[in-house]
Amino acid sequence: MISRIYVILRNGASRMDSYLIDSKLTRKDIVKLAEMLTNPILEKYFIDESPKVGNFSFAIEVGFLPGVTDNVGHTVKETALDLLHLDKSENFNVYSSRIFLVKKSKVEAEKFALTLYNPLIERVFIAPIKNPARNATYNVAGEGQINLPTKIPKVILKKRRPVRDVSLDVPNEELIRIGKEGIMDEDGKRRGPLALDLSSMLTIKKYFAKLKRNPTDIELESLAQTWSEHCKHTIFANPIDNIKDGNIVDGLYKTYIKGATNLIRKEKQKKGEDFCISVFEDNSGGIIFDKDYLITHKVETHNSPSALDPFGGAITGIGGVNRDTIGFGLGAKPVANTYGFCFGYPEDKRNFFRDKNLTQPMLPSKRIMEGVIKGINVGGNCSGIPTLSGFVKFDDRYRGKPLVFAGTVGLIPRNLPASGGSRERLSHIKKAKIGDLIVVVGGRVGLDGIHGATFSSVMMDAGSPATAVQIGDPITQKKLSDAIVKEARDMNLYNSITDNGAGGLSCSVAEMAKEVCLPAGRQGGAKVCLEKVPLKYPGLRPWEIWISESQERMTLSVPKKKWLTFQKLMASRGVEATAIGEFTNSKKCIVNYKGKEIMNLDMEFLHNGLPKQQLVTLPYFHTNFEPKIPKNLSQTKVLEKLLGNINISGFAFISEQYDHEVQASSVLKPLSGRGRINTDAQVFKPVLSSNKGVVLSYGVYPSYGDINTYHMVACALDTALRNIISAGGTLSHLAILDNFCWCSSYDERRLRELVDSVKACYDYAVGYGTPFISGKDSMFNDFKGYDENGNSVVISIPPTLLISAISVMPDLNKTVSPEFKNAGDIIYLLGETNDELGGGEYYKMLAKKEGNNNIGNNVPKVDWKKNLKTYIALEKAIQKELLTSSLSVTGGGLGIALAKACVGGMLGCKISINEINGSKASVLSIDAKLFSESQGRVLVSVLLKNKSAFEKIMKDIPHAKLGTVSKDGKVVIMEGKRKIVESSVKKLHDIYHKFSNKMQ
Amino acid sequence: MKNKKLHSISLVPATKIIIMSGYGLNCEEETKFAFESVGGMADIVHINDLIKEPRALSQYQILVFPGGFSYGDDTGSGKAYANKFKNHLTKELKEFLARDTLTIGICNGFQIITNLGILPGALTYNKNGKYIDRWVDLTVPASLQASPWLRGIKKISLPIAHGEGHYVIDSKKYKELKRNKPARTTAQLGGQIAFQYTKGEICDFQNLEKNPNGSDYDIAGILAYNGRVLGMMPHPERAMFSHQSPMWQMNKKGSKEGKGLQIFRNAIEYFTR
Repeated sequence: MISRIYVILRNGASRMDSYLIDSKLTRKDIVKLAEMLTNPILEKYFIDESPKVGNFSFAIEVGFLPGVTDNVGHTVKETALDLLHLDKSENFNVYSSRIFLVKKSKVEAEKFALTLYNPLIERVFIAPIKNPARNATYNVAGEGQINLPTKIPKVILKKRRPVRDVSLDVPNEELIRIGKEGIMDEDGKRRGPLALDLSSMLTIKKYFAKLKRNPTDIELESLAQTWSEHCKHTIFANPIDNIKDGNIVDGLYKTYIKGATNLIRKEKQKKGEDFCISVFEDNSGGIIFDKDYLITHKVETHNSPSALDPFGGAITGIGGVNRDTIGFGLGAKPVANTYGFCFGYPEDKRNFFRDKNLTQPMLPSKRIMEGVIKGINVGGNCSGIPTLSGFVKFDDRYRGKPLVFAGTVGLIPRNLPASGGSRERLSHIKKAKIGDLIVVVGGRVGLDGIHGATFSSVMMDAGSPATAVQIGDPITQKKLSDAIVKEARDMNLYNSITDNGAGGLSCSVAEMAKEVCLPAGRQGGAKVCLEKVPLKYPGLRPWEIWISESQERMTLSVPKKKWLTFQKLMASRGVEATAIGEFTNSKKCIVNYKGKEIMNLDMEFLHNGLPKQQLVTLPYFHTNFEPKIPKNLSQTKVLEKLLGNINISGFAFISEQYDHEVQASSVLKPLSGRGRINTDAQVFKPVLSSNKGVVLSYGVYPSYGDINTYHMVACALDTALRNIISAGGTLSHLAILDNFCWCSSYDERRLRELVDSVKACYDYAVGYGTPFISGKDSMFNDFKGYDENGNSVVISIPPTLLISAISVMPDLNKTVSPEFKNAGDIIYLLGETNDELGGGEYYKMLAKKEGNNNIGNNVPKVDWKKNLKTYIALEKAIQKELLTSSLSVTGGGLGIALAKACVGGMLGCKISINEINGSKASVLSIDAKLFSESQGRVLVSVLLKNKSAFEKIMKDIPHAKLGTVSKDGKVVIMEGKRKIVESSVKKLHDIYHKFSNKMQ
Repeated sequence: MKNKKLHSISLVPATKIIIMSGYGLNCEEETKFAFESVGGMADIVHINDLIKEPRALSQYQILVFPGGFSYGDDTGSGKAYANKFKNHLTKELKEFLARDTLTIGICNGFQIITNLGILPGALTYNKNGKYIDRWVDLTVPASLQASPWLRGIKKISLPIAHGEGHYVIDSKKYKELKRNKPARTTAQLGGQIAFQYTKGEICDFQNLEKNPNGSDYDIAGILAYNGRVLGMMPHPERAMFSHQSPMWQMNKKGSKEGKGLQIFRNAIEYFTR
């Protein structure tokens, strides 16, 4: 029987909640349930009767499509079971929906509905509101009544053959089609891409020919997952040629990223200063925090899912990287989240479609932005993890695919108690043992995230496309996280743990099996009984269960004798745990389904069978026109305009909707000072009893790549480091992470740009002695679709590299914030200024105004030897507490840095730019002095009494005394006797916050 | 039971605090740290463990519902956790409140205890519908500055972080709250206003509005049971160190202790003084 409970606010709001209850409950129990759902002070309920809603014309109901995670529905079910003392197995389901009441015509209501729901994951029903007294129109007062159908979005899957053999004894054309479009199903439809090219398909064909049998569908799907670009990172692993240096045989990753880290560690080990503990081999990178703890860091991207369903994509992005933390070593506790967004401009009104018939529209730019921001909000806030550090950048080329970076820092004791108390265990070491049970914990498996899976339901027509998109369920994951990291880990109940991310069980089980503890040279294996995996709804086929990417799941290896204790603990924490098989020494990955063996692959072939491919690159040239600088330009106006540019101005509306103070760890917040400017680095205290701080920052300059990707990377790396040192971090205890987001990666020129950028990673990481500890790549960020007129369109992102940095500072009381503090303080600029306006914010602004791409060629270049000296001196000055403020000079140059420091302190400044350092400083234009984005520069302020101590430390460092902080709020910049900028901090404050206030 | 360890025996038994956890509550660890740094002994106890051993509640003097996101705020903040507590622990809660004990609900904990019905009023969506994290200024009515949780506190600045912090109460109930004097309150739900949002040093410093969630009558916290039960939206445990304040960078030289710690110290001193 289906009942509907409406919960409506007493003060007559235009929104209400609805719950469809599919159960055998008595009316009495339904009433009890309704009472439970209602706070009588705020709300009232109606059961199976239409609530009287007053003066509205239409009700718009928005609920989920069948099979899409319904968190509210789950909570109601769980609390109802508890309230009514029902058995878990009882046939009882709850489907939640939201109802919006509008005073609009039918056409207007339909249009409005489009802004309320996402057709990929939600359904909508628009019902006229009936008024028994009079024909209701929206200008007639009356007691309108809603009439909504009571159909439930239940998943019903057609019965299909669970397993099928796939013949590879077919012509190459068919092999190519299988690889590209997927295995053909009974109904003649392809299942969706395996993303295996012909050489991979031929390798697989050969393997099975030797075995004298066809592969099963699950074997092919499993190989496709394990061999995917996503898992194997083929572009970074394969040999790649390069005319200048010849062939890079070991691939980019081993040669340059890992190569840099190995070299740096060797140097540091000589001095006993190596702080890396677990790098590149686990779900996150782990470094020393102090003698008792490690900190971990990992940054992921979730670009494609966020383009389709921004909220779901972002929340599963942050949820996934949280699991990379829980899955570090034996389980680290997430202590901080980071984010980075690259969007199209929110005012971009262009419409694009995924299909030629223009039936599948892309979401508007602003909606993608809002959804992504909300996803990171809910993911972090609901999990009790402070969301500290982040950025937002805009470029027209992110209109097709936004970039969504999500990172998590974790904390784990270096040693864990062993059971019996004899010996301590190193927390970062884990290995499944032969005979251990393979245990999955957390959420259940549905069709989420399977390529192009389709299923039908009672609500929809047969064959309607189902969701490949997923919604996160942060509370299921929070329960799982607490039960593992705060309890099971320290009780020594498992030997290994990993995340179920890309590829689902197929990847997590095979990865753990690979690492089974065995004498050298021998390989482990796994045996799984797939029918034991708990499902969201019946009818999934084994291959679907095996590769589903349903969220909030981890895989553990649990010794048999500890299984009961483990299971009991999980049950008492509301976490589902199921043993689905065991780890073996068979050297094979074997999967059974209902007693029948359906997969039997050699571990060696599964992991190492992928044929190597030679990648080829070609040289490229980017030459841009220099922009025409308008004559008689007022620098005051340029400065004010730049400050209002949304790539520079504040985004308090994002920072303050993210809980950045939970865990009571906040030291330097995302917003700082009287004027609440966004900080470039954040400091927090992960261990409440310790005064050590962790500093986080980032660097990213996509537009520099339009000139040169080598320098783009050098600048990103330099900026990330400089931001950290400016806030009080330590260069000798600083690690970095790389996230490459590239486009059209099979284009040989794009590949050459990639090679150049990876070389910069090596050169500068080694130069500064800052090791990479983790990284990730996303190589195909291209959108192929159609514009409003049906013309095909390709939008590729600009090659983007995010460098994230993490550092430990010995005493967090030394933290320095970026804004000016006191009138009378002396302002200095550290570092050299060169004519490096190319690709920067000022030239981009001119180009945008002219409607061309004339962004110049003088991209900032980094001299790490010089900068290193500056940073070491800066560190010393901060340790001696000589600075009152310290702000890293980035986009928009010195002019913007001054404006931000003033706005932050709500103070003025009186500055002269005559004394600026630089090899060609005497011939620098005023524009270059103010807006050049030369790296290695920091704007600091110093108390008068600390002047000589400060200048002594900076003796050998280029430093220019610019002027003083002033109380009158006037922002004045002089060159010689000429006033070149005159503004007020109040005006600059309003400009800085204008975008954010508009987005509130 | 988690963290339930034998504490060292001393002549004066330390005040015992039970901090609830589970289902998405998430401020239990820092709240424990706050209580313990002023001399209490706190156990973090999962609600399911307390349901299994309900009598354990009688060992404690202070009951804490910390901040968090229990059940993801699904169906309304605090509702589902309160229902679970009510379904299993109503009798024990009644007995606990009848003893000379203290109870506090912070943020989600406040939402839970209003849903439990031990504090008047209710909490709903912020006026602009958005989650907000920022600092606020609060005043304590003069008549309450001697009550167990609030001794010696006239005004205080603390952070809030919530999406449903708009306190709702009708005008009749509000008048009762204003009239109630702690000493004379016999009605359990009598209650008084503990904290009101005001324009103080933080609002002046960052030019912020005083009442960001639109709470009725600027109410940020409520007392009941003779001042023994406190519910508040702001987080005192996020103001236990001076470096947590947005104004710390202006003056790093002062005490390392944050102003919020006094609330925890008051609670411990209620039993030890």
